[in-house]
Order: sequence, then C-alpha cells, then structure tokens
Amino acid sequence: MAGIFPGAASKETAPAADANDHGFNVVGKRTRKVDGLGLATGKALFVDDWPVERPLIGRILTSPLAHARIKSIDTSAAEELPGVACVLTHKDVPRTPHTTAGQGYPEPSPYDTYVLDTKVRFVGDRVAFVAAETAEIADKALKLIKVVYEELPAILDHETAMDEGQPVIHDEEDASGIPDASRNMAAEVGIEVGDVESGLKAADKVFEGTWRTHYAQHTPIEPHISMAYIDENNRIIIVTATQVPFHVRRIIGMIFDIPLKRIRVIKPRIGGGFGTKQEMLLEDVVVALTLKTGRPVKIEYSRKEEFVSSRTRHPMTVKLKAGVKKDGTITAIDMYALSNTGAYGSHALTVLSNTGSKTLPLYKCENVRFKGHAVYTNMPVGGAYRGYGATQGYFALESLIDEMAEWCGKDPLEFRQMNHIEEGGTSPIFKKLGEGREGMEQNVESSSLPECIEQGATAIGWAAKRAAGKQGVKKRGVGMCILMQGSGIAGIDMGAAALKMNEDGSFNLFIGATDIGTGSDTILAQLAAERLGVELEDIQVLSSDTDLTPFDVGAYASSTTYISGGAVVKCADKMRRRILEVAGDMLGEDPQTLDIVDKKVVSPSGKSLTLGEVGLHAWFYAEDKKQLVAGASHVSMTSPPPFTAHFAEVEVDTETGKVEVVDYAAATDCGTALNPNLAEGQVEGCIMNGLSFALTEEYVFSSKGAMLNPNFFDYKIWTTVDQPPLKIILCPTYEPTGPCGAKSVGEIGINGPMPAIANAIYNACGIRLYETPFTPDRVLAALKAKE
Amino acid sequence: MRIIATINDEKVAFETEPQEMLLDVLRREGYKGVKRGCNTGDCGACAIIIDGVVVNSCIVFAASVQGKEIITIEGIGTPDAPHPLQTAFDEEGAIQCGFCTPAAIITAYALLKHNPDPSEEEIRDALSGNLCRCGTYTKQINAIQRVAKQGGD
Repeated sequence: MAGIFPGAASKETAPAADANDHGFNVVGKRTRKVDGLGLATGKALFVDDWPVERPLIGRILTSPLAHARIKSIDTSAAEELPGVACVLTHKDVPRTPHTTAGQGYPEPSPYDTYVLDTKVRFVGDRVAFVAAETAEIADKALKLIKVVYEELPAILDHETAMDEGQPVIHDEEDASGIPDASRNMAAEVGIEVGDVESGLKAADKVFEGTWRTHYAQHTPIEPHISMAYIDENNRIIIVTATQVPFHVRRIIGMIFDIPLKRIRVIKPRIGGGFGTKQEMLLEDVVVALTLKTGRPVKIEYSRKEEFVSSRTRHPMTVKLKAGVKKDGTITAIDMYALSNTGAYGSHALTVLSNTGSKTLPLYKCENVRFKGHAVYTNMPVGGAYRGYGATQGYFALESLIDEMAEWCGKDPLEFRQMNHIEEGGTSPIFKKLGEGREGMEQNVESSSLPECIEQGATAIGWAAKRAAGKQGVKKRGVGMCILMQGSGIAGIDMGAAALKMNEDGSFNLFIGATDIGTGSDTILAQLAAERLGVELEDIQVLSSDTDLTPFDVGAYASSTTYISGGAVVKCADKMRRRILEVAGDMLGEDPQTLDIVDKKVVSPSGKSLTLGEVGLHAWFYAEDKKQLVAGASHVSMTSPPPFTAHFAEVEVDTETGKVEVVDYAAATDCGTALNPNLAEGQVEGCIMNGLSFALTEEYVFSSKGAMLNPNFFDYKIWTTVDQPPLKIILCPTYEPTGPCGAKSVGEIGINGPMPAIANAIYNACGIRLYETPFTPDRVLAALKAKE
Repeated sequence: MRIIATINDEKVAFETEPQEMLLDVLRREGYKGVKRGCNTGDCGACAIIIDGVVVNSCIVFAASVQGKEIITIEGIGTPDAPHPLQTAFDEEGAIQCGFCTPAAIITAYALLKHNPDPSEEEIRDALSGNLCRCGTYTKQINAIQRVAKQGGD
C-alpha cells in the first residue's frame, strides 16, 4: 500500500492531535445530549406539542397550474361555512416583496416573493389562506373557494429558461435584486483566476463533460409547522420549526410593518431541518391569520405539501472542462453551473456560488474559472439544502478527476494525493469567490486529508478490491472522492452567547444558536463547561428565543460549532475572569494566580472555594453584591474547511441495472470532534441522505409540472434495511482558529455518495453516468450505449 | 361514540367520531410523544403498541381500539425513571432531532418483548418502518443490542 500513499509516508510532523492530547475534561467526550432524555421519553416539546388554547387550524389553497394569472377569487361560500374564522387572498395581505431565505441582512437573494400574489408560478404556489376551528372544516373551506385562472405558458426545463421568446416568470414591477428578469435570470456569478484559456492550451489532454443533478427534498420527519398568537401585551408570539429565528423575526417585521420589539420568535425542539427550515415559509401565513382573527393559529404542512410547496435541492446542469499534463498536473479548470431555482430565487445566488467556491479550492491549479446562472422556472422552489451547491459541483468535479487520473495512468488516490490542497496551503479562489460576493483570503491551518485518504482506503480494502477482476452478471467495483466544505461564512456569520452564574455554582447559557437535532445545545454546553471547569450537567442551556437569547444567524453554512462555539468560548472565558475576581477578593489573593478545577477555585497557597461559595458570596455576602454575567459575540475572518475522503463499493446488476452499495467508508477531519457521538451522527446522517439522493430519491413530474410522487411510498428515503455497512472514521486535527480546535462537520459528508458511487460504477462495469439518480433505467441505457 | 381502552396500564375513556384516527385522539388526550410525520402510515413516527403489536396510529381508526391494550412512549419510562432503551438511545448517540425517537424506542421495546436476543438483521427488520432522516440507524441498533445484552428490561 505504501506506494500509493507517498504523502503519508513522507510526512514528518506528528500525527494529527487527538482531543485527549489537549487535556480536555468535557470536550471530546461522548456525553449524553442535554435534551436527550426529554426526547427519548416523548416529553420534549415540538411546535405541535406547544400548549396553547384552542388554536385555529390554518390551511393553504395551492395552485394546480404551473403558471397562471388569478383573474378572480370568490371566497364567499368558504366564508359562510360554519367554523371558518377567515379566508385571506392577495387583497387582504400586505404586498411586500421579500425573500423567504433566512440569510444575513441585506439578503443576497432577490426580493421576488409575496405573501399572496395575483400570479401563481408553480404547481403548489400559494393562492389563499383559510383558518377554521378544525382541520376538517378548513379542508372543506378550501374546496369552496372558486378561482378563475388565466393559464400562461410555463417553463419546465431550466436549460431553456433564458432562451429568447420564453415567458417572463417575474414580470411584476416591484420585485428587486433580480439581475435580469426579462431572461428569467435570478442570479449570475463569474470569476477567473490565472488564465484558463492558456491553461487549457498547455494541457496534454482536455476533458469535458456535462453533469445533471435532480430535484430532491430534505424530508425532515417533522414537516414545516408554525403557530402564532397575540399575548397579553399585544405582542405577536411565533412558535415555529425554524433554523433561523432571528431572520424570521426580521422578515415578518418587514412584511407586516410591525416593529421588531412587538415580535417574539421561539424555536422549541424541531424535528430536523437539513436546510429546508432556513426559510420563512409558514410564519407569515400564521401571522396574517392571527392578525386578522385575533386567535392563535397553527399550520402544519402535510407530507404532500412538504414535497410540493416547501423547498428543494436546486437541480443543476454543470459543464466542466479541465486540462491535465501527462505527469498529472492540472493546468486549468473551467466550471459552468446552470441552476434551476424554480419559481422563486431563494438562495439562488449563494447556492450557485458555493458550487464553485466549496469545490474548486480543493485542487492546486493556477488557472480556474467559475461561471454560473440561476434561472427561474415554473417548477418547485430551490432552497438551502445540506451541502448547499457543493453537492452538485462535486458530482461533476470528482467524476472528472477520476477520468483524468485514469488517463494519466494513476490510481485515483494517487492522482488526488498529488493535486489536493495541503495544510499550510491556500487557493486564490478563497478570496475571489465567497458566498454571493467576494470571499476572504485564508490559509488551510489544519488538514488531515492525507490520513483520511489512507484510513478510508484501508477500511474499504481499496487496493485489493480495485484490482479484483469483473466477471459475471453482477459486477463489483470501488470508487472514491475527496471533499471539503467551510465552517461558517467568513466575515458575515455572527453568533453570540451569554452566561449567568447561579448561587449554587451552576450556570445558565443563553445562545441564539439553533439546535435542529444536530446537538448544538450539547456541544455548546460542553464548550462552556470545559472552559469553566465544571461538568456538563452544571450548564443549563436556553437557546433560540428572540426575547431571551442573544443573536445568532442560525443553523446554516456549517457555522454553529465554529462560530457560535467561538462565542461560547469567549463568553465562558469572560465569566471565568469574573469568578476569579470575586474569589480573589474572598481569598485576599491575586485573581491572576487562581484557577478553576473541578468546580473549585484553587490557589497556589492551597486554599480553595467551591463555585457555590463564590456564587453565594457574590449575591448575598459581598459588599459590592453582583450577579455574575458575561456576554460575547464571535465572527471569523476565515472559514476553515473540514476535509473528508469517501469510498463506496457497489455491485451493479448488468441485467437489471440495479446498483447496490455493498460497503461504504468515510474518514473525516472536523478538527476536534467536540462530541464524537454527535460528529459521527452528522457524518452518518449525511451519508444516508447522500446515498438515497444518488440512487432512489427522485421527483417525478407530469408534463404540466406537477409532482406525481409526493409521499414516502413513492419517494424512497432509506431505512435500516437499505443501509449498507458504514465505516465512519474521524481523523482529528486541531484547528487553531476553532473553539477547542473544532471545525464544522454538518454538511460535508452529503457531497460524497454521488461521486463515490459514480466512480465505483465505472470501476465495476466501465460506464460513466452523467445524470442522477443512478436508477436501473439510466444504468441500463448507459450499458447499452457502451455496447 | 365513547371508547374505553387501556392506555399505559390505565383505563381511559374518550369520545371519538367514526372517521377519526387514533393518532389524533392520542395527541388530543395528551400522549404528545406520539408524533405525526406523514399521516399515511409510511414514516412510522406515530408507532404505538396495540395488544403487543406495533402499529402506525395514523392509520388506525380510534373507534377500533375498544377494550384494547395500548402502550405509548409515555408508558415505558419518564425522565426521572427512564426505560433502559431510553437511556441507551441517549448514551449511544442514537438521538439527533429526536422526532422519530419515541416511535423507534417503542418498536424496539415491542421487539425485545417478543425476542429478547435479536440478531442485527432482526433489529433492522423490526425498525424498517421507522424513518429517521437524521440517519441514526447504526447507533439505534447499537443501543438496542446493548439493552438486549443487559437482559432487556
């Protein structure tokens, strides 16, 4: 094996630091989750469990047509139905152009969306809202609303959306931030470093291809759900399944022209997000209905609505061209991505940007170009989805890298080892291309990618399986890919934390960060406990309540561990200083000489105080009595990439075209794994979603743009019996800019299965697949074409 | 109509309509650990045990449970006195968002009642109706195997 791991063999530095090397007590441990038992016993409150008196149930009338103008709506019969509290149409709600994307303000997404509009732009678009005493009455009322549509020609193929003569989907005059509405262009990106044309000329061989990825949905098991009510102080309280409570408050305030101080957004436990809840989707509906009726209103998407009307992964067409020399040097990479944002431009620009910015720095190459467009179609709306554009980009890039390796006569591992970015290295792409704007220059301060490649290869049995012969109808093969992502958006994402000490020496930790199942409440409490010298149980976490917690951008961009974690570390260090000041007074010693160990302030003189004694003294006995509090914010000028190497072994049935993944290994560098249980869980969740995205999840559309399979029976996400053996390996590093050495881990893994499987299929039976998912029909067609 | 059933060892009477589903009744009666994920019997988040058998309560008519024995997640443990499965799920990292967790635990509970020493394949078969999008399957299986080794409950 040594021959294909030249990097590992020559590495002189010590192996990557283990969390234990840093003497951590709480960090790096497989602790329980702070909310674990509440969830396991069914006691934890999700939105639908929130106690509220007799809420009205909201329902949304949606469009059966892909593109139409609403000529008239007659709601009288619906309004007369006993039990109906109100019916709202575009005439009854403010017309405020906005984006539903929950992003930093001002958002990089166009303001092209309305609470309700006179036009519908996809099957499943909003037409009217109903609130009624029961769900059954609300459903009945929807059927009584009479809508007359003027059907318009629709665009159902994003590759033709910018063609001349196409209908204009956003012809309204008050939208803003659309680069070219007349051509249905929702976003545009273009950067170049070096000189791509000369780079291509200098190559011994130029490769090119077109890769197409498909529609998919996040399918959190809890669909979107929101509730709103007006409290005794005439404030609007929104309890909602969101990844972005603070962005929701701001967007709602803007749409309804309500001062932010009158709005409170609470995120209770939420049943998964994966990006789809980084969106203001139902909150405006419940607010509109509650403002009209004065009653609490709750709306939950049905599973069908979750598929049809919420958000999806942007399908993309990625054209990639790259030049390589015989010795394996990459001379140029030229990527063009055409993204289908559907009817609205939510996350259109930033997802598109990431298709280039999160993939192209992975390889050392002087001449790189990335161009792209996001276009409107009359199809379901794209949005944030774990991986965020990188998923689509990596399918193309890692497929092409495999082709180049083969031409150079190199093992795919060796080719990647000689070309991937290294610790201490940088890429001009970091500065040139950020998320929807210019990025930030940065060096890679930590990377165990060489170890990831080595350990993943060993786990899958790479060398032997790669060399194995391919006989019979069922052919086996192995393929791999390497990946990077980021940790938050450099210079933009901010998280904040506050700590309060109680008189028993316990702490309340207040964080805006939004735990959507990732375990961020737990790892942030672990960080606080680590820095304060206490146990995890001594930290009570309160998160994601716009009244009670400081700001945080929310759960997205792989930011929480790194950015919010940075805030918690700063905050805990401030608190620590405050505790030592009080203890110094009590002991008559210099605070600088004191330390906190095992819940006690200890002095070199041998004296010690429990934190409870310090807390009690501060509140009740000191002359200068005080509540010990601390607060801190954190923003980072870098976004250190986590790295990973994924390996898939597949069996292709060449008679039926069925692809089965028989083994899978992923080795990941996420810096310090603050809680290995949770870090492994993120990787496993990514891989499971990535596997079914690559093989079985697919939207089937009618010729009129209606999704035909909006249920879990016809849209296949994987369960225990579908799961191949997964070998999940963590290869820790210590990221110097991260909290206790941590980087992100939440998204990177989802980008691996598609290219790893595609490359494994090629190894098995010699076909390259350029369209996803890899269903039997596509495999058979490729096998046939090969013959 | 009035239905009387045993829920978590307690006789419970409730009013229902002929078309009403058991999931709706259970949640209305306060068994909020029973979750709604699809309403079509496909995701398993609403799984409960009726007379020893795991069923998806979203596709069971409430009127059909007259005189039956129902177990929900609330019936097997509390944060104060958790069932070993609840502790094991937490400690093994088998809980991410936790929305599918109560139903997965109920399924495992029923499995171990019938088969105290299941093979990995039997555990996978039993859990195959409980969708977890967070992808905690491996850790769920670890947790169930650990409890089985300890002799169940």
